[in-house]
Amino acid sequence: MKFGIVTFPGSNGDYDAYHAAATALGEEAVYLWHKDHDLQDCDVVVLPGGFSYGDYLRAGAIARFSPIMNEVVAHAKRGAPVLAICNGFQVACEAGLLPGALVRNISRRFISRVITARVENATSMFTHEYFSGQVLSLPVAHGDGRYVADREVVTRLENEGRVAFRYCAPDGRLSDDDNINGAVNAIAGILNDDGNVLGMMPHPERAVEPLLGAPDGLGLFHSLLAGVAA
Amino acid sequence: MSVVLPRPGDPAVTLQLAKEHGLTSDEFDRVCRMLGRTPTFTELGIVSALWNEHCSYKHSRNTLRTLPTEGAAVIQGPGENAGVVSIGDGIAIAFKIESHNHPSAIEPYQGAATGVGGILRDVFTMGARPIAMLNSLRFGSLESARNRYLFAGVVKGIGDYGNCVGVPTVAGEIVFDAAYDGNPLVNAMCVGMLREDELILAKAEGIGNPILCVGARTGRDGIHGASFASEDLSEASEAKRPRVQVGDPFTEKLLLEASLELIRSGHIVAIQDMGAAGLTSSSAEMAARGDVGVTIDTSLVPVRETGMTPYEILLSESQERMLVVAHQGHEQAVREILFKWDLTAEVIGKVIAEPVYRVTEGDRIVAEFPGSQLVTECPRYDVPAREGAETVRLRGMNVDAIAELPEEADPAWTILRLLAGPTIASKQWAFQQYDSTVRTNTVVGPGGDAAVLRIRGTDRAIAVKTDCNGRYVALDPRVGGRIAVAEAARNVACTGARPLAITNCLNFGNPTRPEVFFQFTEAVAGIGEACRALDTPVTGGNVSFYNESPTGSVHPTPVIGMVGVIDSLEYITPSTFRNAGDAIVLLGDCTNELGASEYLASVHGVTAGSPPQCDLDRERSVINTLLQAIQSGVVASAHDCSDGGLAIALAECLMSNPARMTGAEIDLTAWDSLPLRAVLFGEAQGRVVVSSGECDRLLDIAAKHSVPARIIGTVTSQSDGLAIRVGQRVINIGTDQLAEAYHTAIPRIMDASPQSAAIDETEGVMV
Repeated sequence: MKFGIVTFPGSNGDYDAYHAAATALGEEAVYLWHKDHDLQDCDVVVLPGGFSYGDYLRAGAIARFSPIMNEVVAHAKRGAPVLAICNGFQVACEAGLLPGALVRNISRRFISRVITARVENATSMFTHEYFSGQVLSLPVAHGDGRYVADREVVTRLENEGRVAFRYCAPDGRLSDDDNINGAVNAIAGILNDDGNVLGMMPHPERAVEPLLGAPDGLGLFHSLLAGVAA
Repeated sequence: MSVVLPRPGDPAVTLQLAKEHGLTSDEFDRVCRMLGRTPTFTELGIVSALWNEHCSYKHSRNTLRTLPTEGAAVIQGPGENAGVVSIGDGIAIAFKIESHNHPSAIEPYQGAATGVGGILRDVFTMGARPIAMLNSLRFGSLESARNRYLFAGVVKGIGDYGNCVGVPTVAGEIVFDAAYDGNPLVNAMCVGMLREDELILAKAEGIGNPILCVGARTGRDGIHGASFASEDLSEASEAKRPRVQVGDPFTEKLLLEASLELIRSGHIVAIQDMGAAGLTSSSAEMAARGDVGVTIDTSLVPVRETGMTPYEILLSESQERMLVVAHQGHEQAVREILFKWDLTAEVIGKVIAEPVYRVTEGDRIVAEFPGSQLVTECPRYDVPAREGAETVRLRGMNVDAIAELPEEADPAWTILRLLAGPTIASKQWAFQQYDSTVRTNTVVGPGGDAAVLRIRGTDRAIAVKTDCNGRYVALDPRVGGRIAVAEAARNVACTGARPLAITNCLNFGNPTRPEVFFQFTEAVAGIGEACRALDTPVTGGNVSFYNESPTGSVHPTPVIGMVGVIDSLEYITPSTFRNAGDAIVLLGDCTNELGASEYLASVHGVTAGSPPQCDLDRERSVINTLLQAIQSGVVASAHDCSDGGLAIALAECLMSNPARMTGAEIDLTAWDSLPLRAVLFGEAQGRVVVSSGECDRLLDIAAKHSVPARIIGTVTSQSDGLAIRVGQRVINIGTDQLAEAYHTAIPRIMDASPQSAAIDETEGVMV
């Protein structure tokens, strides 16, 4: 499987996504330059973490106008997978690939730590290797990670099973203390209508090697790989 | 030499104006002699920028020369933008620490942020990819609103800058002591990785080669920043806020990528950060290193403001800029790489055969100095050094006579009190604002004895750490200097790393005061002794004098940044206990040394007595014991015993990692002949708390190295808590109680603080 990782000016999670795909999983991976128009026949596009365009104006607001985003949107419309992590999630929302927005953490501080999140949808192409209710340990590192959307959108996301992950306590229970950034319904990750675009604030690509901590992000990549094999 | 006439519109240069630029009359005479005439206004600006303390090291150079700088691993020692050491397999580590104290005292957010930016550039300008940031911070007591504001602002500034650039901030020490009231210390260290053949130096070479200014445009910000850093802080300092530079981490990230691409492209000869004193120092230093002449035309420098004079352009400290010497004919290739990253690159001068440093504004020569005399003829001073009488008095105080507080009848009270003291308490409140996992190399992040980063593509890792106990240095600078190195070495050894080399950031008061100069020379002597004994040469660093405020000098604080190498990933060792049933062994010995301790400072408000002795042979043996034991696979965890003594080290082993808490049953009756508080809270050096499933082998290894080692207890489960048998009593404290004191102290202070909340409102955007 070929992963294409978009490099915007200011991306810094591109390197981690590349190594997760290429080094940890042994799959093919390439960087896609924001000024290009060629996805190089990638199967999966990754919009990585970082501070594209310095988060100036608003996180993700400028990156959505990058030349490569035309092709990324077309790729998504074809039903092909787009994995949008952290700043990539913000870009995907700005580009209309996902509903809602990500605003300042409720603490108004940057949060970098390992959190626990519960798998809410274990049937998507990104998550079917997990089981429903499984609690994952994943790093987060963001200042603007609080997911918000109007009530109608949130209701639809919930009813259609498009909430992929939710912040929770290590035992899986939900609480305000564990909703690290104050997201609506403790939402940590969502899917688009067709289930082929996943946006999430935690970093699965930073959790693929036991040396660095619990490798709980591997399930996500294995889900993608198994999906194509099937 | 050319004829240089005053530029129309510039002020006439007089001794008075020179003094306003911080020059002494002797220094002004020296400039006039060098030129054979009175300098122009532009020339005066250049000299004041290069001859201030920050850039010239005029009070420190002679002393620094005594430090050991050579060793088998050293590829590049002091004198470049950063030191470089080999870790084997053709891989090298570039690293350097630098201060940004004065700017941070006035404007904590930007001051700290630009400190991070500057040290990052120092490392990637060597051709190294930055892989980790550390920082060493000192503030006054958090009881003061001003100090809470400074602490919150500095932490946010460090976080916002490093997070955006995408370099993990992996370790830091933060100390709170009234000695730093009004003059916080903000030292940032950057560690980068390169292949040995990728190393590039900041040495101008090749007559006719073009000099380019690349990166951000030049504005009027930060003019005279370096000279501001070379005077005491005072009430008037607030008015110098405009001298604090403004950072843009997004541009830094682009500059980082562009610079590395440029260096690897082969189109350039040399590259140097435009840091303190901007274009002036970068161009003069590059010329001096290459022993060539240069000419710079200020009218060609890309500016972001109109009407800037040569004086302003030369002295601007606008951030995120680099000076590059390219191969002749490769100018366009250089430009294309910078344009790819949306940055500017303009030719602003060239390397010339004529031995002069010349600045023009179009065709008009506005400054010219013979050869590299600007750099080489800088004055050097040796000041009389004399120990202050007050220091002698405090050191001589009999601290054993200090009466215990009534509450101390229960040592559990004292332990909890120390754990909740901001210097010992968990700093996660700050660390959680730093992205510590980006680039996916961080094996041990903030909060361990040292941070550990794996080196991709190898079976190796490096351990990095900063250390210094200013109280020790204040009371006995030579011993304090030794301990700073020894403790940093012990810390990296606890993770399984062989200490390799250091960088240092020497924060002192006003060096023209004999007692300050005494502290400086003695501390440097102590550092030198320890570096020789532990075979960890000095590869560079930074001196920050004039850390004074209306309330007096700071504690002399020579911060040591240590790099060690771990030869196999298998050797990486955690600091906290892992398995119930493991034996707990103390390497080293308890002594009756309570002087200069955190216990006296925190519980009794006393900074007095002699700091603990530092036997460097013993330190070396302890490190060798630890490394051999770790490599033999008999160490489950290892934690350095430092601030707060053995009781605090044990408590930290139980609960500093909230994800894996344990208990311990401890017996310290072997030291019943010593006073109880010396056993629990004394800070005897050369000690490490080790847990092991095979303690017989551990004891054998210690015996071979003649290191005292004793089984002092057993790891139990979290619900058993900490039980310490001393004398006729047993001290019992729940692990949860210890954790509560340790983990909640700083959040309790900061989350309730309006000064902290005000900083949170500062948006991440820096421009």
